[in-house]
Amino acid sequence: MSRRPANAEPALVQAGVLAVMAAFLALVLILPMATVFYEALRKGLGPALEAVQNPDAVSAIKLTLITAAITVPFNAVFGVCAAWAVAKHEFPGKSFLITLIDLPFSVSPVVAGLIYVLIFGAQGWFGEWLIDHDIKIIFALPGIALATIFVTFPFVARELIPLMQEQGVDEEEAAVSLGASGLRTFWSVTAPNIRWGLLYGVLLCNARAMGEFGAVSVVSGHIRGLTNTMPLHVEILYNEYDFVGAFSVAALLCGLAIVTLALKTLLEILQPQTRRPGH
Amino acid sequence: MTISIQSVAKSFGRFPALNGVSLEIADGELLALLGPSGSGKTTLLRAIAGLEFPEAGQILFDGQDMTQVSAAARRVGFVFQQYALFRHMTVARNIAFGLEVRKGAGKPSKAVIQDRVEHLLKLVELEGLGGRYPSQLSGGQRQRVALARALAVDPSVLLLDEPFGALDATVRKSLRKELRRIHDATGVTTIFVTHDQEEALELADRVAILNLGVIQQVGTPAEVHDAPANAFVCGFVGEANRIEGEVQAGRFSAGDIVVPAPGVANGAATAFIRPHELTRAKTGAGGLRLTAERITPQGPVLHVEARTADGRRLEAAFARAGGLGFGVGDQVEVAVERAHVFGA
Repeated sequence: MSRRPANAEPALVQAGVLAVMAAFLALVLILPMATVFYEALRKGLGPALEAVQNPDAVSAIKLTLITAAITVPFNAVFGVCAAWAVAKHEFPGKSFLITLIDLPFSVSPVVAGLIYVLIFGAQGWFGEWLIDHDIKIIFALPGIALATIFVTFPFVARELIPLMQEQGVDEEEAAVSLGASGLRTFWSVTAPNIRWGLLYGVLLCNARAMGEFGAVSVVSGHIRGLTNTMPLHVEILYNEYDFVGAFSVAALLCGLAIVTLALKTLLEILQPQTRRPGH
Repeated sequence: MTISIQSVAKSFGRFPALNGVSLEIADGELLALLGPSGSGKTTLLRAIAGLEFPEAGQILFDGQDMTQVSAAARRVGFVFQQYALFRHMTVARNIAFGLEVRKGAGKPSKAVIQDRVEHLLKLVELEGLGGRYPSQLSGGQRQRVALARALAVDPSVLLLDEPFGALDATVRKSLRKELRRIHDATGVTTIFVTHDQEEALELADRVAILNLGVIQQVGTPAEVHDAPANAFVCGFVGEANRIEGEVQAGRFSAGDIVVPAPGVANGAATAFIRPHELTRAKTGAGGLRLTAERITPQGPVLHVEARTADGRRLEAAFARAGGLGFGVGDQVEVAVERAHVFGA
């Protein structure tokens, strides 16, 4: 006789819940993903590869990777700062700061893009000054990077805050009482304790940075071969009825996301037991 | 090192944690800060360590003002309640941390650090466990690592926050003896915080009792136990029967219970009678008549819960040797050898 835990549901209920879950996943996740790859390869591998090697596509891929390369380190540093401030210190306005960190999750990305257009656009607050000094932000890389940073800001901070709160300040206090400087305490004690959470947050941030559409769409200007990121390029190709091209670039984007998720899963497996010791 | 705490005050928001605390700690002393939770004892310990900074008053180490000096510069050894071991470092690296963070000429060589770690592992009886991670140790072992880590920096004072609070009773007892042994071996001035009066009385040279952010009494274990300064100390240290009554002309009375109360002003008062200060009296000698309700053996004594003729509950402890000669429901006469009476 198999051991049956006290909280186990009857087998029928279990099977039912699992079936519903599986059907749901198949319908909303697996089917669309499969469609992307199916449509991309509909006319064979050749046209798909061709579409990805098109100069405009290559430029979009480059721009996406550059944007992620700017956004992720920026948000990693600021995410650690914000989480450190929130989790390890008491100060007035703390709950306000937490709300502020969550703002990008609750604001529509289109609005985020519009904010930057209003500030830096030709008719915006700094528009004239920027034109006078020949600095391009909107319809250029800085605008795209800013909008992406805004949208992906919470990922690292949100990942780290609960982790750092749970770890408390005891180890930091111990390090200080043993004579360590503030910087030494951070590098020797705080950083090693949050490295897995940080990597996790960075990967999520990266996935979102590469896939961001709404905010980037507003600030990019859709200049082919210049300010088009991969998601924007997919849309353009699709609107031009170039389905193989659209789905090929989309498949590449999916591939990047899958690699990111695979890395994340690998991290979870590799993560040593030392992260959460029993008491 | 001597430590002098002068009128230290600290509050958290509107809640005062320390209310003008003054305390002198002698060189090489083992002092207990004893009090209920919320009494300010941990805040006082953290203020000595430099982990909290007082709003008023001064903290002197060997006559030198340390009030605003950072924890890193004070060279104290602090053992945290939950040990706060660095979870990603081995035991050896935990212990070496305080030496490795030193800069310039003060930093010992690798060989010296290794020797020191070996020596400390031996001192706390954890030889051979230097390569383990904290998560692979038992609670008692973690406690020893925390102690070794604090001692590694050759601290001028060793501070321990509820050092045995998270351990089970047997480990706690053996570690208590251990701490005494290590204190005697190193001679370092040691202050520990506890809410357990038994622990404080057994381990410390002197006990400082705190309540509501104020020191109630400082003295040897015998002094605070046998000559409590006030009703709080008397009730908190050791077991005592607490009896509310009245003092008239130097005598305290509450029903059948009448004890002398020299020097206590007339009016409402509280008497404390320790269970072992009730002794058997000859029948008919005019003693206090009690009816035994429950008898339980507690080590060398038999603990008797009893009631007076007018229904007051009293607890007494009689030597076990030779038996009691009475049982549950029997009447027994006792004399009150000593009582502590405090006016309301």
